[in-house]
Amino acid sequence: MTKTAETTSSDTQSRNSQLLAEFKETTGNVRVTEPKMRMDNVNVHYGDNQAIFDVNLDLGKNEVLAMIGPSGCGKSTFLRCMNRMNDTVDSCRVTGSLTLDGEDIYAPEQDVVLLRARVGMVFQKPNPFPKSIYDNVAYGPRIHGLASSKDELDQIVETSLKRASIWNEVKDRLDAPGTGLSGGQQQRLCIARTIAVSPEIILMDEPCSALDPIATASIEELIDELRQNYAIAIVTHSMQQAARVSQRTAYFHLGRLIELGETKKIFTNPSHELTENYITGRFG
Amino acid sequence: MNNTTTKRNTTDIVKAGLAKRYARERRFKLMGVAAVSISMAFLAFLLISIFAKGLPAFQTTYIKLDITLEKKSLGLPEEPTAIEISRARYDKSIKKALLAQFPDVTKRKEKRMLYQFVSSYASRQVADALVADPTLLDTTASLWVLADDEVAALARQADYTLEKKDKQTEITRARIEELKAENRIETRFNWLFFQRGDSREPEAAGIKGAIMGSFYTLIVTLVLSFPIGVAAAVYLEEFAPKNKLTDIIEVNINNLAAVPSIVYGLLGVAVFINFFHLPRSAPLVGGIVLSLMTLPTIIIASRAALKSVPPSIADAALALGASKIQTITHHVLPLAMPGILTGTIIGMAQALGESAPLLMIGMVAFIVDVPTGITDPATVLPVQVYLWSDSPERAFTERTSAAIMVLLIFLIAMNALAVLLRKQFERRW
Ligand SMILES: Nc1ncnc2c1ncn2[C@@H]1O[C@H](COP(=O)(O)OP(=O)(O)OP(=O)(O)O)[C@@H](O)[C@H]1O
Ligand SMILES: [Mg+2]
Repeated sequence: MTKTAETTSSDTQSRNSQLLAEFKETTGNVRVTEPKMRMDNVNVHYGDNQAIFDVNLDLGKNEVLAMIGPSGCGKSTFLRCMNRMNDTVDSCRVTGSLTLDGEDIYAPEQDVVLLRARVGMVFQKPNPFPKSIYDNVAYGPRIHGLASSKDELDQIVETSLKRASIWNEVKDRLDAPGTGLSGGQQQRLCIARTIAVSPEIILMDEPCSALDPIATASIEELIDELRQNYAIAIVTHSMQQAARVSQRTAYFHLGRLIELGETKKIFTNPSHELTENYITGRFG
Repeated sequence: MNNTTTKRNTTDIVKAGLAKRYARERRFKLMGVAAVSISMAFLAFLLISIFAKGLPAFQTTYIKLDITLEKKSLGLPEEPTAIEISRARYDKSIKKALLAQFPDVTKRKEKRMLYQFVSSYASRQVADALVADPTLLDTTASLWVLADDEVAALARQADYTLEKKDKQTEITRARIEELKAENRIETRFNWLFFQRGDSREPEAAGIKGAIMGSFYTLIVTLVLSFPIGVAAAVYLEEFAPKNKLTDIIEVNINNLAAVPSIVYGLLGVAVFINFFHLPRSAPLVGGIVLSLMTLPTIIIASRAALKSVPPSIADAALALGASKIQTITHHVLPLAMPGILTGTIIGMAQALGESAPLLMIGMVAFIVDVPTGITDPATVLPVQVYLWSDSPERAFTERTSAAIMVLLIFLIAMNALAVLLRKQFERRW
């Protein structure tokens, strides 16, 4: 039994390498009619290592785009290009064009502070500030001057916490430190903190990897609700999650965007063999 | 089958080695305990010897004399002002009072010995008493004045006086007994020690000048080295490009931390005194020199503290649209602050205990006045220790230990402050 699986695996592996060598361009339509963000020929290098190869991709208005793929294939790297978080990595070099509402986000005149206010990000590991719950959520609105009064700020904090479905759990202890919450609560706090700034796009890097099924379900619900106002790109290792929350799915493999399509189609009837191997659990 | 044998083997092998492993662990623990015990023993020995030697310095002996204070003989006008009273000389009156107290003394030589019974500071005390209460003029006032250090030692029967049996000592002992019988001699807590600057007379020498000197010097050091050190650390850690130049700077900062402090003293003389003509012996120059010395410590500690802040926090702030400087001032610096403060206090403690560079810039001068600013000539605690330890008088030896005790108390207070500040910052998260 074990023996056959091993053979299959190594067979798939060589087949996958062959497929990767043959890879020319993404299967499926990468474009949407009304893109919020459009990425063209994106290449990312870490020093001499290339992590992303010629990726073309659109993020539509009011859609949830799922990004899946084996570990180390560059999903996080690509996501971090979209709000220029890669700027913090010295060795990282991004080429190609990324536009937000038609404006090049890597243009020298582009203000990165403004960009990040418009493109929010939720990280894989919950990273609340070691401050009170209130201050965590209020931080973004404060630095951007979004609230003109204390009442207004209170209002923003309350709405954000409510939308992240954590309000009921924390409303009595807004002064308690955010780091004192459970992992799942911390992640929802981080989501609340991100939406408090009212960004136009939210990038989520495996937001549920630290969460139990119940918290995951509530965050998935939240994502669905947020779609009404925001464009969302979400990296996930859970194919079920991708299937549940997203409209389109992008499959990455070793830095290439192999296939992009309607989520339903990707999971039921993928066109590319690499995608199929991944979906069916045969990849290496 | 094959699997189970391997398993048993593993168990046996591990079991066989266990005793050895635990023994090694115990040995290691014992070594640790021994090391800690030895260092604690050294510390205890140091503290006990310092306390034993220094405690007598906190006591001093007063003698009550009936001093006749005639305006005329003091050379004072009918309505003397406070300044005139303060400036008048009272030595003669005190000498007369001593002669009146011991009428049997008649020979010149004996008289001269008798005059040394009270401290030369007594004259000052009489003046102060008169300024406080001018009605004592033209009366015979009973005033408590400071006894000489040797008299004090004999009065409290210090160990080292017990062996002394020479004629003069015996006479003094007899006189002390006489005074005791009349309740005219008293041992008190030595407040003067905390109220006065240095003096040639050990009984009148105080630590306040050195404390204030150390205080002003440390203020200058802190004001210079803390902001510069933290700013340099933040720049190097967060902004500086990582290249050859910053590598060289880093290596050199580490080197600076190891430069002998006397070199900084030489630099201080050459640059601040000879070139910039800043005042010699002043806490200003001392503080500048010491901040050169503490800067590397603060920079290294601050960089380590900044480095240990999890990058995820900075990422979170940046992703919300905080600018780099906002990220640093709102999140990274507060999180690094406990480490930075610890480094700073360690640096300040080093500076507090440093004497060599201050000797170079002239803070070793004999200074009687308590400094009132950063440009007044001053000395500092460790230099005061050095100065007093050089004096032959027993009373100065005691004061040396007492000064060390004061220095240690300041160090403990600073460390306590560091812990307190650290707690304060930690509580907020
Ligand atoms: N800071 C970095 N410096 C150098 N190389 C990096 C850095 N971050 C990522 N890489 C490399 O880039 C490639 C893509 O990494 P990335 O983190 O984007 O993968 P991922 O798809 O998010 O994987 P996972 O699913 O495990 O999170 C990897 O080969 C990784 O080694
Ligand atoms: Mg990742």
